[in-house]
Amino acid sequence: MWCRGPRLSTYQCSFKPRKAATTSEKRGGVANAIVGSLCLAFGASLLSFLLGLPIAFALQKEYISRRLAQITRLSLDILWGTPSIVYGAFGFIIMVYLGLRASLLGGIIALTLLMLPIMVRSIDEVIRMTPPELKEASYAMGATRIETTFKVVLRQALPGMITGVLLAFGRGIGDAASILFTTGYTDYIPRSLFDPVASLPLAVFFQVATPIPEVQQRAYASALILLIIVLLISVVSRLLSHRYSRHIIR
Amino acid sequence: MPHISLSNLMVAYGNQKVLQNITVDIPNNQITAIIGPSGCGKTTLLKTLNRLVDLYDEIRVEGEVRIDGADIYDPKADLLNLRKKVGFLSQKPYPLPMSIHDNITFGPRIHRMNRKELLDQIQELEKHIPIDSLCPNGRQEETRHSKTHEMAYLVEYYLRLAGLWEEVRERLHAPAAQLSIGQQQRLALARALAVEPEVILADEPTSALDPISAQLIEKQFKTLKNHYTIVVVTHILRQARRIADYVIFLYLGELVEHGPAEQFFSSPRDERTRAYISGEIS
Repeated sequence: MWCRGPRLSTYQCSFKPRKAATTSEKRGGVANAIVGSLCLAFGASLLSFLLGLPIAFALQKEYISRRLAQITRLSLDILWGTPSIVYGAFGFIIMVYLGLRASLLGGIIALTLLMLPIMVRSIDEVIRMTPPELKEASYAMGATRIETTFKVVLRQALPGMITGVLLAFGRGIGDAASILFTTGYTDYIPRSLFDPVASLPLAVFFQVATPIPEVQQRAYASALILLIIVLLISVVSRLLSHRYSRHIIR
Repeated sequence: MPHISLSNLMVAYGNQKVLQNITVDIPNNQITAIIGPSGCGKTTLLKTLNRLVDLYDEIRVEGEVRIDGADIYDPKADLLNLRKKVGFLSQKPYPLPMSIHDNITFGPRIHRMNRKELLDQIQELEKHIPIDSLCPNGRQEETRHSKTHEMAYLVEYYLRLAGLWEEVRERLHAPAAQLSIGQQQRLALARALAVEPEVILADEPTSALDPISAQLIEKQFKTLKNHYTIVVVTHILRQARRIADYVIFLYLGELVEHGPAEQFFSSPRDERTRAYISGEIS
């Protein structure tokens, strides 16, 4: 990132808010940040789930050698523990490479990078917990490994997968560092993937350090809203998970 | 000509031989019991018969296992067809994570059987075991005339064949995981029968069950043997005496003695068999 320093500072101009920043205004709310955060987190959850599910299934012993699976799991675990600012910087490089401005899409890409290892490893663990006898029962009836994976293992692992998605979502929506360079910050609600977008973690970050009490309070409100969103999502996912666990075999 | 014939079978996990020199023919339409002390390779022998041993790492199988004349370990053998022909019942029942109804239809669905094939299958089976013979109280309703009747009828028929219909008829769409373990084992039997195998392998099918459920399974086996060849692994000697027509005795991975049950239990030839039957070794 050192060599990119000068470019970074010129880049910052492009994601300065288009009108006077609300971060210093006494009036106004955080709807832009709420909508922005939800767009970012749901977009990235969807993208990382779509990418992560096949990877998690491919890690099972029916599909790849044990050694390759071990190496992949180790790498993913390291990626899980990587500080999110690294993903932010990496996402930024990708963005510059693709010629993207600070935008919703850029943020989704950076968050997907952050969430993918969590998604893959947690789904992978749930799949591995499937009793081998259950797979055996399916094979014994003449099912192929694809049929066994999609008709038996997937159903058995579904409730656990929902928890895995939640875990990734929670990490994604609350993360500030990875979207710091990639989404920008704006007073407006994004109308397309290429618009800059506000987010709750950055709303906290930009507003909490101002000397104006009204603005500081808005930062605390943003933090509370962030917590409430995570709480709601986890309640919903628990309900879903419970609903789908009727069929699972213990 | 027996369905299953083994010659010089050797099975090893890595370098450890689990079975060697197994040469035996398994008689058709009888219940064959594989008995022997724990760890003598009974389950391995059973699982070589439909190649479930393939699922284990580092397994090595030598010798021949012929089913209907074809060597099943031939690289060109049709594995899926083999497993369709040779059904398997595990020690602890594992219902599939779906409803009771879907558990039964799983087999026919994965083998993409069409309407006609389903009807043919049931009609063929009904010639041997008519559905009315499975209904002690008569049939109250006719699934045969329901809308998607072949699947509904198939489900009823196989659940009756496994002796489970009366207990689950009201809740076919409930999760199979809610059944008791004894019912789950009969569900597993019905599920295995629904792919219309010729052979049923059962690995200590009653060891996890209460005595009443165990008795029910034994009773179903006695009904089924007229139409299927059944191979049961058991470590309960009394069970072997109750249900077996033919007995294979394994000891430390070797085939010690085999023969018709009556002769096997009344006049064993080998010293080790005698010792095992009398309870001196176990």
